[in-house]
Amino acid sequence: MREEYRLKPSDFNTERRPTWCRGCGNYAIHDALKKVFVQLELYPHQIIMVYGTGCSGSGVNFLRTYGFHCMHGRAIPIAAGAGLAAHKMTVIAVSGDGDIMGAGGNQFIHACRRNINITCILVDNHVYGLAGGQVSPTGGNDYKAGSATRVISVQPINPVSLAIASGATFIARGFSGDPLQLREILKKAVRHRGFSLIDVLAPCIIYSSVDIYGYYRRKIYRLEDVKSYDRSKKAEAFEKSLENDRLPTGIFYKVDEPVYEDTLKQIDRKPLIDHIISDIDINKLLNRYY
Amino acid sequence: MKVTNITWRIGGEAGCGIPAAGNIFSRTFSKKGYSVIDHIEYPLLVKGGHSTYISRLNSGEIFSLNRDINILAALDQRTIEMHQDEVIFSGYVIYDGEKYRLKDKVNIRKDINYISVPFQRITAEQGLLNIMISNIALGASLALIDYNVDNAVDTVKDVLSGRERETIEMNSRALEFGYKYIREKLKIKAYELEIVKPDAKLLVTGNDAVFLAGVRSGCKFYAECPAPQSYPIHDSFAAVEDDFNIVARNSEDEIEALNMAIGASFAGVRTMVTTSGAGFSLMGEGLGCAAITETPVVIVLLQRPAPAAGLPTWTEQGDMLFSLYASNGEFPRVVIAPGDPEECFYLTGRAFSIAEKYQIPVIIILDKYLSESHFTFAKFDMKKIKADRESIYLSDRDITGDYFRYNDTGNGISPRPVAGLKKGMHIANSEEHDRYGFSEEDAHNRKRMADKRFRKVGGLLEEIQPPVRYGPVNADMTIWGWGSSKGPVLEAIRILNSQEKKVNFIHFTYLYPFDREIVEKYINESSKNVIVENNKTAQLSKLIALYTGYRIGNKILKYSGRQFLPEEIVESIEKIE
Repeated sequence: MREEYRLKPSDFNTERRPTWCRGCGNYAIHDALKKVFVQLELYPHQIIMVYGTGCSGSGVNFLRTYGFHCMHGRAIPIAAGAGLAAHKMTVIAVSGDGDIMGAGGNQFIHACRRNINITCILVDNHVYGLAGGQVSPTGGNDYKAGSATRVISVQPINPVSLAIASGATFIARGFSGDPLQLREILKKAVRHRGFSLIDVLAPCIIYSSVDIYGYYRRKIYRLEDVKSYDRSKKAEAFEKSLENDRLPTGIFYKVDEPVYEDTLKQIDRKPLIDHIISDIDINKLLNRYY
Repeated sequence: MKVTNITWRIGGEAGCGIPAAGNIFSRTFSKKGYSVIDHIEYPLLVKGGHSTYISRLNSGEIFSLNRDINILAALDQRTIEMHQDEVIFSGYVIYDGEKYRLKDKVNIRKDINYISVPFQRITAEQGLLNIMISNIALGASLALIDYNVDNAVDTVKDVLSGRERETIEMNSRALEFGYKYIREKLKIKAYELEIVKPDAKLLVTGNDAVFLAGVRSGCKFYAECPAPQSYPIHDSFAAVEDDFNIVARNSEDEIEALNMAIGASFAGVRTMVTTSGAGFSLMGEGLGCAAITETPVVIVLLQRPAPAAGLPTWTEQGDMLFSLYASNGEFPRVVIAPGDPEECFYLTGRAFSIAEKYQIPVIIILDKYLSESHFTFAKFDMKKIKADRESIYLSDRDITGDYFRYNDTGNGISPRPVAGLKKGMHIANSEEHDRYGFSEEDAHNRKRMADKRFRKVGGLLEEIQPPVRYGPVNADMTIWGWGSSKGPVLEAIRILNSQEKKVNFIHFTYLYPFDREIVEKYINESSKNVIVENNKTAQLSKLIALYTGYRIGNKILKYSGRQFLPEEIVESIEKIE
């Protein structure tokens, strides 16, 4: 359906201005979302954004769409439920690493394996920013975080590897210092049918070393520049995801597999929210109990 | 002997087909107009252990099971040891005398009849499966009641419809062989059951009734994490997904189940989740999220003895106060405890309407006994469940002017749109928020929003059904109870009132909001009070004391994992001075 006005990024502004710290990775994601919506001609009322808790979660106040700000770790199931009920809408979960890799870890892997048709933006800064800078599940030795009074040898979770292993069908890594690439990835992720994950390296400049952006810039390279890389090969993608000396960004893996929603005949006819329920006849059903 | 009531118990190891045989027994009689109540007891085992099914049928009206068994069909020796004391004077025990000699094994009662039917030999000779032993015992039992076995064969065809022809044929044959063995070989007729008008009755469990009301109420999204008590509800929804456009979801945990339901409800459909008490613990967080975002959801809590894993296949009323106070913070909710499957049906319908109109979580408390016991009813009245979509905007035409999601209205209810409307765009915010939904820490706003949410209680109190008084208004003693103990108490007061004592019963279905005025009126009108609850700490008496200051001194409590029998209540009442 054509809308009557021509979209621009500012159509997605609310009356509240973002309150993130200067230099926060959340700005790049916020900006990319607005621009991609315009490019894809998605109008605010056609989008459901679900936010977790923490710094990224306060984004609910700054982006004008249908929005739900939920509890720590629960953005994915809320988004999945909304997406099932209104499957013609675009549904995106935005949530932090403490959220989705911590409290929401179980829901994350099951959303991946069911290939639910939502996009998940993992705002990955390796710390619990709003709680006081504690090391998050994705935090490694490169972070000196608020609560790390001594070095404990634990392995960080690698969201990209985890998503590949769990069966997601679109898996990418972005960097908030590379907005052009982030927009391209986001556009493809939203268009992708099935569960798409973008692990966005979005540094917290408060709780990380002074030159975190410089650190990432030296370490990062784009997968698009590796001509021989085939992103439809799962084993290759997994191997790529394990690279640590230098960090690849871009799309690691993209395949078309059966989408959860497409297997549901009961939403095929029309979205669940469009059914009239005022007088549902259950007499035939009742007869089975006589 | 002519009788109006038969109580039948079949017992044996899990894996002998006991649930199916019990179901066939109950359904055979409900189809022909008898009142039936049954209950299955089983261990947390796939095979082995001790499993029993008890079914009571009556030519009149009954409210619960009773203690005296007329026929005990014992598929193993353990069943005799455990249950022969329950057999009524001159009652019957059916067992396999070729498998073990009774005299060597158990204390034989002189006042009852032991009848040997060679289950194992018949199974072998007829080429039947071990799982059909229970059908041989069922057939033998029907012969003792002198009941037409063809009716049971018809029920087998019904219950097993869709299965292979051979399976149906073998099950029917097992039934007929058991019947003939008693009838033709032993030539025993024990009971003659009073004949009733053969109008088929509805035979439903609490779970069935919750499911049926869910479909009727327009539930479009259902989720659970598999548990022994809730999976029948899931399976029922899953079987009609395509016919009624419902998504039934098997979640990885109760956290996902409830949060998905909240997400779907936010988008605009009616949703329900079911869980045991342990799973409800995991839902505590989501409950608060539904409350502050003012997102409707119906949660069905199937209690079992706890804490933690407890006794997962047994029954208790232990989670009432928990359901009233679960989750952090203060918010209005509605807690409903139906007393039988009929109340499960109508109150689940009300739960959906109330949840949607008031945009709050509604908790329906059942327990294992109510979930899995069949009860008969003449019919369900569809007019009593209407899915009037109150306080929800279904199209842009419904919205005039600027839209505020959390508008501070007189009754506390702020209508919300289904997702996708152009004019209804909004934020549902689990942080405290202003009328738009934006996060807001302002002190004045916080107070305003908390007041707005609690203003709904006024409207709720006018809509909910107050506790119902059964029995005479003026009584020597008043019993107080809630939920599934309704049946045993009703039977108990029937017995007591047929004797000298005048006893009445106040039964709570709605537990929150608490209707203080009517409860105080009942307290003033009662002389001696006694609480009857299927738990250790008398939770209803605590709730009554909390709201009225009145403490009920006499307590009849049972917390063995088993439901009350009416006779136990009668005996306990008689001991109270």
